[in-house]
Amino acid sequence: MSRPEDILPPDLYYDDPTSKKYTSNSRIQNIQASMTHRALALLNLTEPSLILDVGSGSGLSGAILSAVPPEQGGPHTWIGMDISASMLAVALERDVEGDMLLADAGQGVPFRPGTFDAAISISAVQWLCNAESSVESAPGRLKRFFEGLYASLRRGGRAVCQFYPRDDKQKKMVSDAAIKAGFGAGLLEDGGGTKQVKVYLVLTVGESGDITGIVAGMDGVDVEDHRKRRNKKGERPNKRDEIIRRKHRMEGKGKVVKATTKYTGRKRRIAF
Amino acid sequence: MKILTLTFLTCARKSCKPEPTSYPLHPTSAELEIIPVDFNPLFLRALLPRLDWPTLRILCEAFGLPGLQEEAPEEDALFLQPEEGGAMEDVEVQGEKGKEVVEDVEKKGEEETREASQLAKDLHHLLLETTMQEGKLVCGCCGHEYAVKEGIANFLLPAHLV
Ligand SMILES: C[S@@+](CC[C@H](N)C(=O)[O-])C[C@H]1O[C@@H](n2cnc3c(N)ncnc32)[C@H](O)[C@@H]1O
Ligand SMILES: [Zn+2]
Repeated sequence: MSRPEDILPPDLYYDDPTSKKYTSNSRIQNIQASMTHRALALLNLTEPSLILDVGSGSGLSGAILSAVPPEQGGPHTWIGMDISASMLAVALERDVEGDMLLADAGQGVPFRPGTFDAAISISAVQWLCNAESSVESAPGRLKRFFEGLYASLRRGGRAVCQFYPRDDKQKKMVSDAAIKAGFGAGLLEDGGGTKQVKVYLVLTVGESGDITGIVAGMDGVDVEDHRKRRNKKGERPNKRDEIIRRKHRMEGKGKVVKATTKYTGRKRRIAF
Repeated sequence: MKILTLTFLTCARKSCKPEPTSYPLHPTSAELEIIPVDFNPLFLRALLPRLDWPTLRILCEAFGLPGLQEEAPEEDALFLQPEEGGAMEDVEVQGEKGKEVVEDVEKKGEEETREASQLAKDLHHLLLETTMQEGKLVCGCCGHEYAVKEGIANFLLPAHLV
């Protein structure tokens, strides 16, 4: 199946008809919504936050951020960046609550250092892997993007980028670029090995401890934090302990949690 | 574009970023419009520490909006001070189970009953509801003009400026 990035650059691919069709397709709406919810869960925000949405398009992802109820730490305020004027026009028609810029993430992130509490990017980063012009290479654009993103986030902030890597090589090129820019990085895959696999790059800025804690307890997590090698060995937090700690926290908040048993934190395999 | 966004935007050119004159961008021939947004005082509280107050004052002046107080407000100024007694009494009764619970409930109770101040409402109106619909944003360093149309600023740079 052909990938849209191979056909045209994003600003031309997402023209008026495509942007309208994309936004009104209920299957797409559902998929984008569920991926945004997943990204939000990974961001773990506890109070109303300022969020950058990279490749915000017509605001399908942003609308989810605006709709987070107070009990879950929302609603959040978001600022979107998108390279397609047609997508932004659809967002205006939909009266989304976020502010938006017409901007190319491959040129950087034009905000002051420490502006955002968090960032999300849903189904956009793969577009950065195709060079727009002969002037700049894909690694050059990724570098500019991740360096800009890193600086624009406050210390302790997080970013989650769901994207569609073409192959393992491209997945590595993207996460390597993020790590080089200074992020702690972990890759999470939902539905690994299937056609519907969803890849989330979870990025942290100056968070003490390592990324394993954030993605622990989730199946199919592949931690790819190169900084870790420089740390002392054997510091990896025990997954079971981490889960038990999280259960205590949830219980403290009055949530109902499952009893801790010998199965807690064990890897489950579904055998056919 | 909300004034909130303007207080964080810089010139997109790499060579301008380290220069202090590339921030804030200067609005010219601006048309403002008020677009109502739900009031969210907890967002303001989270935002306040990183708000550049002198810049916000400069922007108000550039737009011809009423002046702001000189000093950046403290977080407490966003809320009316709670009255003594009252709501807190219930909390004591509930908290027989242990000290931790008492503290938790007290904190929660405080958050829910604290009423936002006029200053919080004014800031909300200024930062989130006041938007620049048309005009230009000019970099004080390189002079590049970013056009704003229908509330959306165009930050695409021609290749030779990246
Ligand atoms: C599949 S859409 C996703 C939009 C939105 N995040 C959602 O969940 O519906 C991908 C978006 O990424 C945008 N995009 C692609 N390359 C970009 C770039 N270099 N800078 C900014 N946005 C870009 C496209 O214009 C498009 O709107
Ligand atoms: Zn400039």
